[in-house]
Amino acid sequence: MSMPFYVSPEQLMQDKAEYARKGIARGRSIVALEYDKGIVLVAENPSRLTKISEIYDRIAFAGVGRFSEFDQLRKIGVRFADVRGYAYSREDVRGKALANAYSQAIGDVFTREMKPLEVEVIVAEVGDPRLAGHEESLMFRVTFDGSISDHRGYTSIGGGVEALENYLRDRYRASLPLGDAVKMGRDALMAASNGSTTIPPERLEVCTLDRDLPGRKFRRAAAEELRAILG
Amino acid sequence: MLIRGSYQGSSFFELLENDHPQLRTDLRTELRGGATDGGAAVASVPHGTTVLAFRFADGVVVAGDRLATEGHRVASRDLQKVFPTDSHSLIAIAGAAGPAIEMARMLRIELEHYEKIEGEPLELEGKANKLSQMVRANLPAAMQGLVVVPLFAGYDPRRHIGRLWKYDVTGGRYEETEYDASGSGGLYARESVKKAFRAGLPREDALRIALQALADAADEDRATGGVDLARGIFPLVCVCTASGVEEVDRETIERVYREQVVVARARAGA
Repeated sequence: MSMPFYVSPEQLMQDKAEYARKGIARGRSIVALEYDKGIVLVAENPSRLTKISEIYDRIAFAGVGRFSEFDQLRKIGVRFADVRGYAYSREDVRGKALANAYSQAIGDVFTREMKPLEVEVIVAEVGDPRLAGHEESLMFRVTFDGSISDHRGYTSIGGGVEALENYLRDRYRASLPLGDAVKMGRDALMAASNGSTTIPPERLEVCTLDRDLPGRKFRRAAAEELRAILG
Repeated sequence: MLIRGSYQGSSFFELLENDHPQLRTDLRTELRGGATDGGAAVASVPHGTTVLAFRFADGVVVAGDRLATEGHRVASRDLQKVFPTDSHSLIAIAGAAGPAIEMARMLRIELEHYEKIEGEPLELEGKANKLSQMVRANLPAAMQGLVVVPLFAGYDPRRHIGRLWKYDVTGGRYEETEYDASGSGGLYARESVKKAFRAGLPREDALRIALQALADAADEDRATGGVDLARGIFPLVCVCTASGVEEVDRETIERVYREQVVVARARAGA
């Protein structure tokens, strides 16, 4: 009987992290920005398999990496939110609880399983100054090892995060109109992919959480709307 | 994964039964437990009464009175019996108010849940069928007296028409091409709609016919609530057209009621 080789925990974690990072870097990035009426999420996605989707009334989800894995997380999120909303009230479904649950789940896989999840997700919750206790918009990023971080103004996930953040750091300002926010998101994505070519509207997936909509705030922008915005 | 349950499908109803049974109290066992006094317990549950639905030119109109009764007593004067289930469909409930309202709420969550998990909404027919399964699941409770008989209506964007379905306690689903009504005053309401109904009714006429039918039902059936001018309680009327579900505002209902229903009735009595 052969003895398994000893691998130090540090080495093990490093290997897993490297494996996950490589997987995530292969895909395209996603950026989320606050604009004057809510939150807009912008992704370069020529396929019809969506990366951005609705979780609940005021909560949206975006995932990068391996589709089957983040889509599974998306469904878990929808179930989590709908059960909460059913057991308590619709207002009790909060983005923070969901982001924490994701953090737990993804972190758990990272430490216990051989193969970590090759995903990063954004949980965005639109706030409304008129709603007591829900005034602020929230954006959480959960990475492949389960680390969770809280962001204001903008956030991004995927291989190009560093370039995206560098691009947005100097240019982003609060209360942008929707058109400007979408353009800024697209330009940031272009900068992250070395700014080589312009991304045409039909290769973009853009969704908004618009606080002025009644009930469900999530909307997927149609192709013609994007063409009108981006020209 | 930590928060992953065993259920992997796209039905919220089944998700609760599989992974969260504590959230779904089973009325069957509850009723059997109190079987010695089951009849009295059921009589003390509020019951909703009259709802109706019919097609008109732009889609479908759904209306209901506001009264809930507990035996011979008034349980509530302003109960809501017509609920939007999503942007293009509605449910109107009659029968035991508790399970009926729960069913309406569950259907709304069910449709939204499906749409979110699958990425596209159910067809109108699929929604009607889903409700059929929920009514059937309530059958054991119905046998004990907690009957729920809803109407389901919506706009079918594929066929460009309003459609409506009625149900029986076993979950039987029957599509009606013109009109139907349910609840204790349902018979009177249906007769009233029947006399006035014709294909392609304009919206204003549809509104008048709905209010007239509820007034007729309230006239004949003690459990159906009429217009309560002193408290300002009017029936609830919703229309569903290509542009979605819309609740008719109270001012319009009051105007149509005063100008058309009351006047017509006074003329008849004069």
